[in-house]
Amino acid sequence: MSSAIEHSDKHRGAFSSRRVFILAAIGSAVGLGNIWRFPYVAYENGGGAFIIPYLVALLTAGLPFLLLDYGLGHRYRGSAPLSFRRAHRAAEGLGWWQVGICFVIAVYYAAVIAWAARYAFFSVDKAWGDDPEAFLFGDYLQAGDPGIGLDFVTGVTVPLVLVWVAVLVIMALGVQKGIGAVSMFFIPVLFVAFIALVVVALTLDGASVGLDALFTPDWGALGETSVWIAAFGQIFFSLSVGFGIMITYASYVGRRSDMTGSGLVVGFANSGFELLAGIGVFAALGFMATAAGTGVDEVATDGLGLAFIAFPAIINEAPLGALIGVLFFGSLVVAGVTSLVSVIEVVISGVRDKFEMTRTGASMAVGVPAALISTVLLGTTTGVYVLDIIDHFINRFGILLVAVVSMLALSWAFRKTGLLREHLNRDGSVQVGTWWQWLIGIFAPAALTFILGNELINNLQEPYEGYPTWMLNTLGWGLAIAVAVLGFVAARVPWRDATFLGDPEIQAQQDERRA
Amino acid sequence: MSAAAITMMLVAMIVLWGGLALAIWNISRFKGEEPESVQRDL
Repeated sequence: MSSAIEHSDKHRGAFSSRRVFILAAIGSAVGLGNIWRFPYVAYENGGGAFIIPYLVALLTAGLPFLLLDYGLGHRYRGSAPLSFRRAHRAAEGLGWWQVGICFVIAVYYAAVIAWAARYAFFSVDKAWGDDPEAFLFGDYLQAGDPGIGLDFVTGVTVPLVLVWVAVLVIMALGVQKGIGAVSMFFIPVLFVAFIALVVVALTLDGASVGLDALFTPDWGALGETSVWIAAFGQIFFSLSVGFGIMITYASYVGRRSDMTGSGLVVGFANSGFELLAGIGVFAALGFMATAAGTGVDEVATDGLGLAFIAFPAIINEAPLGALIGVLFFGSLVVAGVTSLVSVIEVVISGVRDKFEMTRTGASMAVGVPAALISTVLLGTTTGVYVLDIIDHFINRFGILLVAVVSMLALSWAFRKTGLLREHLNRDGSVQVGTWWQWLIGIFAPAALTFILGNELINNLQEPYEGYPTWMLNTLGWGLAIAVAVLGFVAARVPWRDATFLGDPEIQAQQDERRA
Repeated sequence: MSAAAITMMLVAMIVLWGGLALAIWNISRFKGEEPESVQRDL
């Protein structure tokens, strides 16, 4: 084995097997969005007919982009910055841009997990009473006016700190003993718990009404551009592609692993889980609509409203309500933690590679500041507004933008997709042809650029949710721009002498020939 | 549920869950090379 790869595997850690890698990648891809975003997006965009644009998006953009990330991380065997640096000297800034985005996401993502953990306990005695919305914003979050305040809410701060402690312990344990072990245990638990939730939801009165609303096809929707945008957006945000996670995880896989076959499993597991979530969520919403004597369109919602307002209302009325609550919020916590771990690992891995730090040292250097910022910004009465703005802008003008730029740069400026295709095909059970390069170089960036342009126009025309301009300019536009600028500034910091900056695969092949 | 809704639900299940089953079957045939030992993070 070459010294570069030997150094990489021994120093950086690695997954013990392909199975562990696949479970960790599924854990990253399956997150809160699968549970609370997909069902409503499908319902709003053609119902049963949505499966067609959704599949087209999965096969022409989602999976090809996932394989690009896999190819990059697996070929160059480094964190996002190191992989981009090894691909081309001028590309490193793209990696740091992705690292910055992951840091920002980790800061607010932890708060939603903390809320879900608290709500799992609230489910037992239905602590939200008859008005879950008033309870969420009044009693629990104690939300005041939009702004940035320092009035801490104990019920939010304490679980938030506990989430960070758990995450820091996992990260300090390392790639296999931390991330790998957590994924091996919690991903099967997540699937079993969610299947149990779906089974219980399907037994509720009115479940079929909800499923009818979700799956009745509106074929006319297929002619609407917005439906295709929604499908590409859902696939893109759901698969955890384009912001360093899959690059990082792929760098921890054995050198001769089948990456294309693994990618298909991860992609279909992610979409399969979304379908399961759609069935469970709409069966429950059908029950809620039937109990209230209204239509499903009156109760259907997504995001925080679905999780923390609609589901508590369902739990209030349903037989076995406490069980539904624990399974639902428990699933959110598990899906959230396995995703959060992958997001923060992108940052830890980047810092470790750049400064040749120990696992524990890098985990603390990244995790402690992230936890502090997270607690100060999100543990307060203004946390919900901060979360909403950052989430909205960093997803669109962070993740989406860096994904488009990375794809175009790798395809046209650095011309690496041919090399990566050969690399993926060398040990891949599924061969990718030149069509893959066309999808990555033209089709997928074009589709995502269209979505991005649409979002840009919408956000410039109408300030998001009517928040104060200064909040949108700092936490929204300002943060998204700052992350990109700081990324390219970070790329100016020199690497340590011990860091190999060539192509580790070429060196490994040379060493094998010499041996 | 309407016949159209049931049909589309079955189509979605067959395509997505069937796709997952096929993908798992595919990699189970293709063992590849696993690392020789669990690597420590230093």
